[in-house]
Amino acid sequence: MQTQDITQPQHPLKAEARNLSFYYGAVKALKGINMPIHDKKVTALIGPSGCGKSTYLRSFNRMHDLYPGNRYEGEIRFFPDNTNLLSADVDPIEVRMRVGMVFQKPNPFPKSIFENVAYGLRVRGLSNKRLLDEKVEQALRSAALWDEVKDRLQALAPTLSGGQQQRLCIARALATDPELLLFDEPTSALDPIATGAIEELVHELKKRVTILIVTHNMQQAARVSDYTAYMYLGEMIEFGNTDEIFMKPNDRRTEDYITGRMG
Amino acid sequence: MHTMTPGQIRALIARGKMRDTLFQALGIICLAIGLMVIFLLVGDMLMRGVERLNIEFFTEFASRRAAQSGILSAWVGSLLVMLVTGAAAVPLGVAAGIYLEEYARRSWVTDIIEINITNLAAVPSIVYGLLALGIFVYTFGFGQSILSAGLTLALLILPIVIVSTREAIRSIPAMIREGSMAVGATRWQTCRYHIIPYAMPGILTGVIIGLARAIGETAPIITIGALTFIAFLPPVPFTATGMDGASAGLFDWVMSPFTVMPIQIFNWTSRPDPAFEVNAAAAGFVLMGMVLSMNALAIWLRYRMRKTIKW
Repeated sequence: MQTQDITQPQHPLKAEARNLSFYYGAVKALKGINMPIHDKKVTALIGPSGCGKSTYLRSFNRMHDLYPGNRYEGEIRFFPDNTNLLSADVDPIEVRMRVGMVFQKPNPFPKSIFENVAYGLRVRGLSNKRLLDEKVEQALRSAALWDEVKDRLQALAPTLSGGQQQRLCIARALATDPELLLFDEPTSALDPIATGAIEELVHELKKRVTILIVTHNMQQAARVSDYTAYMYLGEMIEFGNTDEIFMKPNDRRTEDYITGRMG
Repeated sequence: MHTMTPGQIRALIARGKMRDTLFQALGIICLAIGLMVIFLLVGDMLMRGVERLNIEFFTEFASRRAAQSGILSAWVGSLLVMLVTGAAAVPLGVAAGIYLEEYARRSWVTDIIEINITNLAAVPSIVYGLLALGIFVYTFGFGQSILSAGLTLALLILPIVIVSTREAIRSIPAMIREGSMAVGATRWQTCRYHIIPYAMPGILTGVIIGLARAIGETAPIITIGALTFIAFLPPVPFTATGMDGASAGLFDWVMSPFTVMPIQIFNWTSRPDPAFEVNAAAAGFVLMGMVLSMNALAIWLRYRMRKTIKW
């Protein structure tokens, strides 16, 4: 594996994968990944379909724990407290309270816009109406959706357009102030205009939250990310500054993928 | 390989179309036979029983004189038994369904449980009657009461409730569950805020279909010893009962003897006096009406609740 700046990080780390492997039953889907996640930066994961980038992403909030037969090896260290997110002693719910996620297909709950955003707060036991109102507005503003929905917070979420639904899901994740936000191909179901809005949002959000984003779209990775990792067949082939990965990749396989000769 | 002439192609299509028409006709005939039998049965019952279908029929107890007999104790009994059945089968069945879908890890134990739930749905109802006679009536000492009957029928429809709960839960997309868990919800929070509300239309449909089946059951109710002739109603809560004038408790009615619609009908058809056949037909029509309106309620509830749920 080629690394360009693990030895001298320019930014403090939010998380770090250490020799992370993952198994779906007997199938080894991730093979000993080492990778830093820099604080308040956007890190993009690229690679061909089936390379394990979503599997890797879903390890950060222990989503794999929902299904039987899955197994992790290695560690994901989470800073500043240096917790191993994958440790058997760490409850996956604790992990998900600190690490938010936005999915590939917008998945709003069939409830009101307000209830969708308030859900994470309700789960945390918050029921004070004024506080909920305030937090929901804040989250919707951060997700650049407030102006579009402020007059119909009680409308059902599935009545929104696809792009609005995805921003609602971002608001839902933001409402609980996550330290790390995972995006799993968040624009693959959206049209170019809605995609642009989400990309702009990602750019805005990195001021306050660390972002890890899986994308099948290399232009998107180049546009939104500070760091990029290229994955192939469950391995991390190359990690570095996005500019360097796209301008002068060190690994032949990365170059082939970026220039469109493969994948 | 030879090319077909337009004439041959047309002949081929004509043959195919003829089979289309034949099959369509066959389907319509089969459908018509099924529907006709139902309409004939219901219509026949209505015509035979229509002369007895008046207010008194619903407000009078059964009597030795056919013309003065009514179904008061039977319809009240049926409703109360259904109340107990629903109160027992719904929480048990829904909880079991949720546990199997949301909590249980798949293993050979859950596989065996799954197969047996399906088997339970196929157990003849008389067997439930025998089981209930031994357990509820004698061992638990509930006697020949509304409680015993309600619990027996609850056992009978439990598989239906469990299966429909599971199917309703399975129709909820995995991404909804993941969306809830991803913000840090526990399994129970996910069930309470999402799984149960979204599965409710399907669960309700299953419950009502189960109750519609239970309301027509005769064999297990006879087995546990429902009375065939009864001229009093179960005690209404907080009203004076009997000669001592003591007030009935909130749940005294569950221990009361009872009869139900199918037993009343069975009783009337077995009388030698043909006048009672009119009563039986009228009561049969009322029972059909009860079942059909329960099904209609299920359809309406499902329609109403699904309007607010879409993925």
